[in-house]
Amino acid sequence: MSTMTIAKGINNGLRVAMEKDSRVVLMGEDIGKLGGVFRVTDGLQKDFGEDRVIDTPLAEAGIVGTAIGMALRGYRPVVEIQFDGFIYPAFDHIVSQVAKMRARSLGKVKLPMVIRIPVGGGIGAVEHHSESNEAYFAHTAGLKVVCCSNAEDAYWMIQQAIETDDPVLFYEPKRRYWDKAEVDETAAPRELFKAQVCREGTDATLVAYGPMVKTCLQAAEAAAGEGKNLEVIDLRSLSPLDMDVIAASVEKTGRMVVVHEASTFLGLGAEVAAEVQQRCFYHLEAPVLRVGGYNLPYPPSKLEEEFLPDLDRVLDAVDRSLAY
Amino acid sequence: MSDNAVASASTSASEHDALAELTAPVPEVGDGGPEMVQLLTPEGQRVESTEYDHYVQDLTDDDLRGFYRDLVLIRRVDAEATALQRQGELGIWASLLGQEAAQVGSGRALRPQDYAFPTYREHGVAWCRGVNPLNLLGLFRGVNHGGWDPNEKNFHLYTIVIGAQTLHATGYAMGIQRDGDVGTGDKDRDAAVIAYFGDGASAQGDVNEAFVYAAVNNAPVVFFCQNNQWAISEPNERQTRIPLYQRARGFGFPGVRVDGNDVLAVYAVTQQALNAARSGNGPTFIEAYTYRMGAHTTSDDPTKYRVSAEVEVWKHRDPIERLKSYLVHQKKADQDFFDALDKEADELAATVREGCLSMPDPTGESMFDHVYVEPHPLVEQERREFVDYHAGFATEGEH
Repeated sequence: MSTMTIAKGINNGLRVAMEKDSRVVLMGEDIGKLGGVFRVTDGLQKDFGEDRVIDTPLAEAGIVGTAIGMALRGYRPVVEIQFDGFIYPAFDHIVSQVAKMRARSLGKVKLPMVIRIPVGGGIGAVEHHSESNEAYFAHTAGLKVVCCSNAEDAYWMIQQAIETDDPVLFYEPKRRYWDKAEVDETAAPRELFKAQVCREGTDATLVAYGPMVKTCLQAAEAAAGEGKNLEVIDLRSLSPLDMDVIAASVEKTGRMVVVHEASTFLGLGAEVAAEVQQRCFYHLEAPVLRVGGYNLPYPPSKLEEEFLPDLDRVLDAVDRSLAY
Repeated sequence: MSDNAVASASTSASEHDALAELTAPVPEVGDGGPEMVQLLTPEGQRVESTEYDHYVQDLTDDDLRGFYRDLVLIRRVDAEATALQRQGELGIWASLLGQEAAQVGSGRALRPQDYAFPTYREHGVAWCRGVNPLNLLGLFRGVNHGGWDPNEKNFHLYTIVIGAQTLHATGYAMGIQRDGDVGTGDKDRDAAVIAYFGDGASAQGDVNEAFVYAAVNNAPVVFFCQNNQWAISEPNERQTRIPLYQRARGFGFPGVRVDGNDVLAVYAVTQQALNAARSGNGPTFIEAYTYRMGAHTTSDDPTKYRVSAEVEVWKHRDPIERLKSYLVHQKKADQDFFDALDKEADELAATVREGCLSMPDPTGESMFDHVYVEPHPLVEQERREFVDYHAGFATEGEH
């Protein structure tokens, strides 16, 4: 057991993956000597060399486009996109090439690559540094999308994503990078594409992922003080979506609130809500409610606390759900 | 003559009739300029070149007839595909008419371990790599999106998004570097990548990023631009202010313009570039100066944007005619050869036609295959729903 932050969990996970498989290479801006702007790749270039930890030119289409070529040659590239808002120049390669190559080749080509993206707000950054764009990619067939919320998952999920033969977008909750937890490096990890009940409860279900898991756990703790017993589910995987765990929970509680930083309109919460009303129609005691970012361009940082869901907005939604 | 100088048609669409066509000024048609490498003139005269002669001096008469055969056969396949589209058997076809020498010259310069990344028009390169033409037709018929195994012939799938493959090629070349397959001196091991694209793609960010990545990594990649003068309806002037090959210098690697209708010159220039890449000397940009004799695709109508006088000029630069003149005048091929080749071309066309017509349609359920390597519950759920839905109709019919 070791105590580590989410950032260190990913760093350690990358190190293990690189030690295990010499075909794993890291590519990204400033990931070498600097170790990335969040230091997630700290020390890796020193230990694995410039051929395996590649400082790329500042061109995101180029990073993902050349990573595709590396994967075609048999490598397992792990790409770092410096900030969520910088993924868009690479959007074409991700959606038109990475996602479709397998089908285009009728199964003859695989692209085992991981695209790491620090996601979300709450760090007081300038524009384009606080976005939650996971729904674009979860919407795209051919991609898998996961998001870790704690150090233990960070450590294991990055290794599992690298071992996956399909392309995986790996979202990292940037405002939680420095949150610490105990990690057991010897225990068997949870399955990558499964949701996790991280607090059991009976009155209502909170569904979240990434940075909002902590917020929901705090909300559940606060609600417990008022005698409300909330279940909290960490989705972990956004595509595929593990609906069985969610449906089982809703069948028990009859109420659900989905929480994410991303705007609610056509966000992950919309999909989860639609699936839940189909699967759990007769168990629902209240409509599924969503708490998310407002449907606006991400605001200047002085306003982000009001834009982002917090403990109070989650509890407000829980109260509205319980009032039915 | 100045580069890329094509006078725009001064007539409006409504006046664009036969009379206007006859009275239109003959456009000034670029000839590639003095920098362009040429070993065979349009008349089939061999031009000496101290820099490039040694790349072709070992070619036997058999080799030369082989080039000619490639040019003729792929043109015949192309014509058959165009006919099949006109008859409704292909959804669309992107003809390579006029660009055969650029593709065969470069395609024949490749070694088995080299890797080619095509656009959607590299039928001639596919031919040289040994890819069955029916694979190409399948894509245009709509039975698949390509579907061949790129690693079988080291010929990647057709890429339709303009220029995207230049980055894939560069990344692949970076992989070759990491495999240590550059600069060993072993000619069966050292490998290079060739990335095909067109004059239109030269404006894409991806292509320019590929140049940067290839340059700073010294990647073993050859950027092979077929400048066919037209990006659908847009002439070179809409893409560039300088001759394309001159752009390479700004990125830090050599650029060379070659007569794209001269199979010998293309072969020589591509050999040189591939050798440089394989031996660790990094990328080269080749601009093969050629012409798209036909429409962009079978859906296009070039009479709306270019005059036939321009096409006439390029007819005199035909890649097949010039090699034929050379072979005949040098007595490297006799009439029997040409007759036998015509017969072979007709037979190939018939095989392609038959193969196209008998290509089975894919089953509906097959669209759920190959989305992912590992199972995805949503895909499998929808596959079951699809099968059940269609099975319901079958049951209905029984009652």
